[in-house]
Amino acid sequence: MSFLKIHNLSVDYKMRKETVYAAKEVNIEVNKGEILGLVGESGSGKSTVGNAIIDLIDEPGKITNGSIMLGGIDLQTHTNNTVNYRGKKIGLIFQDPQTSLNPILTIGEQLIETIQTHLDLSKEQAKNKSISLLKEVGIKDAEKRFDNYPHQFSGGMRQRVVISLALCCEPELLIADEPTTALDVSIQSQILDLIKKLTRERNLAVILITHDMGVIAETSDRVAVMKNGNLIEIGATKKVLTDPKEIYTKSLVSSVPPTNKKISRFVIVEKENELNTKHNIKILNRWTKTEITDQNLVQVKNLSKSFEDNFFLENSKNSVMAVDNISFNIKEGEIFGLVGESGSGKSTIAKMIVNLFKPSSGEIFFDDICVTKIKKNKELMKFRRQIQMIFQDPYSSLNGRLKVKEIISEPIKLHNPKISKPDLDNYIFDLLESVELSQTSSDRYPHEFSGGQRQRISIARALATQPRLLICDEPTSALDVSIQAQILNLLKDLQEELNLTILFISHDLPVVRQMCNRIGVLKEGKLCEVSNTEELFLKPKDSYTKELLHLMPKIESIYK
Amino acid sequence: MDNNNLTTLSRIKDSDIYYNFKKSPTAMVSSFILIIIFFCSFFVEIVTPYNPFDPSSLSLMEAFTPPSWTEDGMAKFILGTDGQGRDMLSTILYGSRISLIVGFSAILFSLILGVGLGLTAGYFGGKYEMLVMRLTDVQLTVPSILMALLVDGIARGIISREMHDDMAIYVLIFAIGISEWPQFARVSRAATLVEKNKDYVSASTIIGVSNLIIMFKHILPNILRPILVIGTIGLALAIIAESTLSFLGVGVPPTTPSLGTLIRLGNDFLFSGEWWITFFPAMFLVILAFSINLLGDWMRDTLNPRLKK
Repeated sequence: MSFLKIHNLSVDYKMRKETVYAAKEVNIEVNKGEILGLVGESGSGKSTVGNAIIDLIDEPGKITNGSIMLGGIDLQTHTNNTVNYRGKKIGLIFQDPQTSLNPILTIGEQLIETIQTHLDLSKEQAKNKSISLLKEVGIKDAEKRFDNYPHQFSGGMRQRVVISLALCCEPELLIADEPTTALDVSIQSQILDLIKKLTRERNLAVILITHDMGVIAETSDRVAVMKNGNLIEIGATKKVLTDPKEIYTKSLVSSVPPTNKKISRFVIVEKENELNTKHNIKILNRWTKTEITDQNLVQVKNLSKSFEDNFFLENSKNSVMAVDNISFNIKEGEIFGLVGESGSGKSTIAKMIVNLFKPSSGEIFFDDICVTKIKKNKELMKFRRQIQMIFQDPYSSLNGRLKVKEIISEPIKLHNPKISKPDLDNYIFDLLESVELSQTSSDRYPHEFSGGQRQRISIARALATQPRLLICDEPTSALDVSIQAQILNLLKDLQEELNLTILFISHDLPVVRQMCNRIGVLKEGKLCEVSNTEELFLKPKDSYTKELLHLMPKIESIYK
Repeated sequence: MDNNNLTTLSRIKDSDIYYNFKKSPTAMVSSFILIIIFFCSFFVEIVTPYNPFDPSSLSLMEAFTPPSWTEDGMAKFILGTDGQGRDMLSTILYGSRISLIVGFSAILFSLILGVGLGLTAGYFGGKYEMLVMRLTDVQLTVPSILMALLVDGIARGIISREMHDDMAIYVLIFAIGISEWPQFARVSRAATLVEKNKDYVSASTIIGVSNLIIMFKHILPNILRPILVIGTIGLALAIIAESTLSFLGVGVPPTTPSLGTLIRLGNDFLFSGEWWITFFPAMFLVILAFSINLLGDWMRDTLNPRLKK
């Protein structure tokens, strides 16, 4: 008899136009002492299952069918059961440690409050208990930090506090909803280790909800794969990942960028788009292809940027060096990767190259012209045309008030005001086709498209000026893995066909390995190492690079 | 996804706003009242049989006729007549036309001024932003009625007496408009600050689009929602401000009376028992302002993404 038994669980959201079935007859069992990974893409219903267990389904969602048994007690029959169990027998860890702690209470107050709600302990006893908990989750000087406020902890430390809060009433079931998604790689592995250790020591049943196959491979004992509210496949992690039975699981596994080798293309099993033909790049006819020479297209020399808040104080001492004396070159026709954790200054560099920020010092040369010194608008326009950028968030990078054709025609008309109407339409159609979107898309508004399709529109817009350098700032980190694989394939194809030079910025090492010829590793605004991709992954020189490579979750770990 | 053939009408019918509108009785009733008022005011010549400003229609014999349902009432004057025998209902409708014209124009004036300043201030930032925002702070310290009185006073000094009656309406629009713009400037600046950091603005900058086009083609449509909301509530305020000024005698001249003028004129008869002459214009003003406010309230709730369920 397993500890948690979810039987035929269905959750419906009655919306205005349709009913969304967030979970359809899901059957999951979790035993004590094991970690069950619940994996799926956005909208697959994995969080819904987690929320259903603790009765946290928001209006208008409703559990319409099924039962949830926890240690032989049905949570559905008595609503009080869930409320009594929530926090006591069931612990919760949320995605974002920034918002899951109350900022105006010290962590001690929050721990004591939770403990006293559920356990009959005096304040003194509760305090002792919380301090020992904080020690258990690895917070140093727990006695001193007990009286600190959440903002005095770093992201990883805060997530540890959240875990201690989840554990404080000795729960038997722990639900972790994307516990490491908001964290950097180095902290992610620490938190996952902590969860593994606690599961063993306390004999917990853990449900780990995540979209990251690498995390699943390294952490979970069994895995359940969900899609559109359906449970597709459930079984031992190793079996599911190495020998998937269902097509969907296969496509999911094949979309994950491997960490141990470079592949030329991702295998796409299921495609999001209607155009399935081998895509033709008609825009080639219009493209003046640059010959690949062994020249440097971009040279960055001693670039620095500091942000200072000098609104009231002229001489601010706490100015932050976002980018600190960085130099690198990008050769014509190559994909150059910049990798780093959050706050390492990678986006700032991109914004300086496209002239959105002015550097504090240093120079950027594009095609041997110093772009940081361009003053005249006319020259700036010539240069703008040659550098385009793709952004991380596909939702804010398109103006929702304009139709797709208006979005794409803007750069064309601006740089070629004399273009005739039929020619313009043809060019827009060609651009859309080359990013594998249908011609009919041009009359729609961005909100009618999915994240991946929006990113394709962004790419079409960026290609419209026929740039030589394309800067991709985390182009796939907001997308699901299967979509990510398609977008990365597209970028690779375009790069080869059009001889583009790409600056590829990402925090995701496996992705960078698949995409780039050379890679620069950034840490806190400083460049640690620049080398060829394979060299970097096989023989890293810098200690920070070594650490990063060691810590990244590897899906291959399952094969060992 | 194949809904390319959607017409504008079906797009509107499909939208969340229309759906919410159908679900809210407040919004339905208030906009129903407003549509009737707007229609009757702007097509007043067709709607009413009397023209109160035509001297031949004046009949002192029929002066001070009470409303039709009272003892001395006459069926042809539903709301009675004023001291010169003019039909009250017609007079009110003519008056409300003036009030609405002044209100709309004033709010349009302050909207253009305020959004123009707020948008540019938010977009460019720096010293210019500082200057504009301090200017709004200064403007907000002066009560709007006082500001309007000041403008009116100055205008009287500059414009000659004969010209004044013709110019009065423009002076009034300017006076009300100038006291309302800081609201628009503040809201549009705040919204611009949010929008200008979004990636689509960066994308346009990188493409090389000029600041002016980014501001008006890209940012402006995206900040219109909050502006529309305060614009609607501002309209009610402007109409009330107009009435207040006219009541005080500094608004439109009595030859083209607005609602405020009518209330003031009727006020003289209040103590001699002819209550309807001031009561009906006042009630009309209350209903008008109240409906606009309710509609504005509903819009604020509907268009605010944070309140969405």
